Amino acid sequence: MAACAVRDLGRIGYGDAFELQRTLVEQRKRGEIPDQLLIVEHPHVVTMGRNGHDENVLATPELLARAGIEFHRTDRGGDVTYHGPGQIVGYPIFDLREWKRDVVAYVRGIEQALIDALADFGIASKRIEGATGVWTDKGKIAAIGVHISRWVTSHGFALNVETDLNYFRYIVPCGLTKPVTSMRAMGSPASRGEVIAALEAHFGRVFKRKMEKS
Amino acid sequence: MIDVVMPQMGESIVEGTLTKWLKRAGEHVERDEPLFEISTDKVDTEIPSPAAGVLSEIIVEEGKTVGINTVVGRISDSNGAVSGAPAQASAPAAEAAKPQPQAAPPQSAPSSAPPEAPQPAAEVVEETAGPLSPLVRKMARENNIDLTKVKGTGAGGRITKQDLENYLAAQTQQRPAPSAAPQPQAPPPAQPRYAAPQPPPQPQAQAVATIPQTVEVPRPVFPGEAAASRIEPMSNMRQKIAEHMVFSKHTSAHVTTVHKVDMTRVAKMRERVKAQFQAQYGFGLTYLPFVIRAATAALRQYPILNASIDGTNIVYHRDINIGIAVALENGLIVPVIRNADEKTVAGLQRSIVDLAARARSRQLRPDEVQGGTFSITNFGSFGSIFATPVINQPQVAILGCGAVEKEPVVVDDAIAIRSIAYLALTFDHRLIDGALADQFTGRIKQILQEWAEEVM
Repeated sequence: MAACAVRDLGRIGYGDAFELQRTLVEQRKRGEIPDQLLIVEHPHVVTMGRNGHDENVLATPELLARAGIEFHRTDRGGDVTYHGPGQIVGYPIFDLREWKRDVVAYVRGIEQALIDALADFGIASKRIEGATGVWTDKGKIAAIGVHISRWVTSHGFALNVETDLNYFRYIVPCGLTKPVTSMRAMGSPASRGEVIAALEAHFGRVFKRKMEKS
Repeated sequence: MIDVVMPQMGESIVEGTLTKWLKRAGEHVERDEPLFEISTDKVDTEIPSPAAGVLSEIIVEEGKTVGINTVVGRISDSNGAVSGAPAQASAPAAEAAKPQPQAAPPQSAPSSAPPEAPQPAAEVVEETAGPLSPLVRKMARENNIDLTKVKGTGAGGRITKQDLENYLAAQTQQRPAPSAAPQPQAPPPAQPRYAAPQPPPQPQAQAVATIPQTVEVPRPVFPGEAAASRIEPMSNMRQKIAEHMVFSKHTSAHVTTVHKVDMTRVAKMRERVKAQFQAQYGFGLTYLPFVIRAATAALRQYPILNASIDGTNIVYHRDINIGIAVALENGLIVPVIRNADEKTVAGLQRSIVDLAARARSRQLRPDEVQGGTFSITNFGSFGSIFATPVINQPQVAILGCGAVEKEPVVVDDAIAIRSIAYLALTFDHRLIDGALADQFTGRIKQILQEWAEEVM
């Protein structure tokens, strides 16, 4: 079974994490390193995918800045999202040629690992057709946005563990989106460490990787 | 010339959206250099160029979704290929002159193909059998088209989707309606059979001619596919509005009740203070703040209209926060006047002017579009006299104000001219019954008709 290095980088700025991913993607393409799973937490940041629409950022850049929220345009799939404290952000750098050459299967795989990990904490979650991510009956609990270059993945998922959900207001246009939730809001007292351990196990199982902490 | 196709990024994937060309037409590209990006289900993928050369043609534009293996562009080999040279030569000039052959493949074919080989007709047919896109194959199969009869206008005589559509359209026109359609199931035209070849008045004749065809070939006729139509992706705001509207219609049992209100007293009050108001506050006085003021007073009296449903509970909101629908250029936003019941007519007018202006310039703070407990929409400002608005979830009612217009009405058995407006209340019948909804609207009506409060 192929190995996957798991690195928990703790709190790290979005820009720094992005640069690190870029470096690792290049190394992965050259076959210098095995698959990676980066686990991070970002300070408050709103990011916009390549296909994002400005009108979905409700607040102006000045307002975001005043609220202490960074803003980044980035090259993942999906629209606008928020990252911040209390969220586990995972960036798998996988070479899909060594798993399945199928980008949709990859996204479904991430969803499965998240759904299974949530189930470990007694939280029932599911997919919604046409709305990538992981959903509970109280709203979206994890978001997914991926970039692929020559079958090597970057970006990934963001799971709300104990995120302050109020921050999502900055990107919710006139209350029209579906609600957002977190593990804490769903009644789970799970700690960051426990959730990371569960994610690690389920990613290993779904993607058939031997997870190695480094 | 090398075709660049939409790649298949996984087993289940049948199409992809071309989100961005990373090279422009006429630009040089190295083999394996990222050429364009596609998006499938929240995954953005960079697609490397299959060859080195010049991107001579962009066939599929950004934002379009096409089936896998569809040719999205063409690369001509860089080492002196005939077609490559002009593209490169013209590239600098292209900046200013902006020749855009990429939008229309048929047009670009003559410009690039002829030097290569002026093809005799027979060869065109042979070509046809070769590189057909899956989409074209599928269309031909579904419509029973003999491809040798279709003239290809794509590069090298290749048959494009457009060619098939033109061919089908031509067939439809040529076919005399009654004879070609084998006994349509639709009832025959109400004319005696012998009169059939004589076409009755034009529009109907056409309708009769096309209907049997659509019955005969159960294929979704997409007007959008024809060249005359344009397909454009919805903005995200549009999608969100669409989602919310349908969600609301699915959630609440919408019922609308309409009351006719005599606004004459309000109109007179407004006339009297209008100039002074404008001078003092710097903005005009409309009817809307009067309606809001009346509605907030009625909401205090009927708190169930200022509530939400949570499962099987009724949540009565302490504050009265009125959402005001503001039309934007390409959408709609509903900023909220908080504690609207504590504001005077002048204060409400100030809030409306301020919120609407900032909504249009996108300067609203997030909390200013949250927490509404009841909404008012002023479609009267666009000339509508009454409409049936959709409830802004999770609220349970929305009041729509029609235009205030002078009408002849009967007062004490005499005909009088009064300023009349129709107020339409859409309410959630899950929570609110008709009688109550009418009492509430009637109360608003009463306050407006008997308006006494001074504005200045």
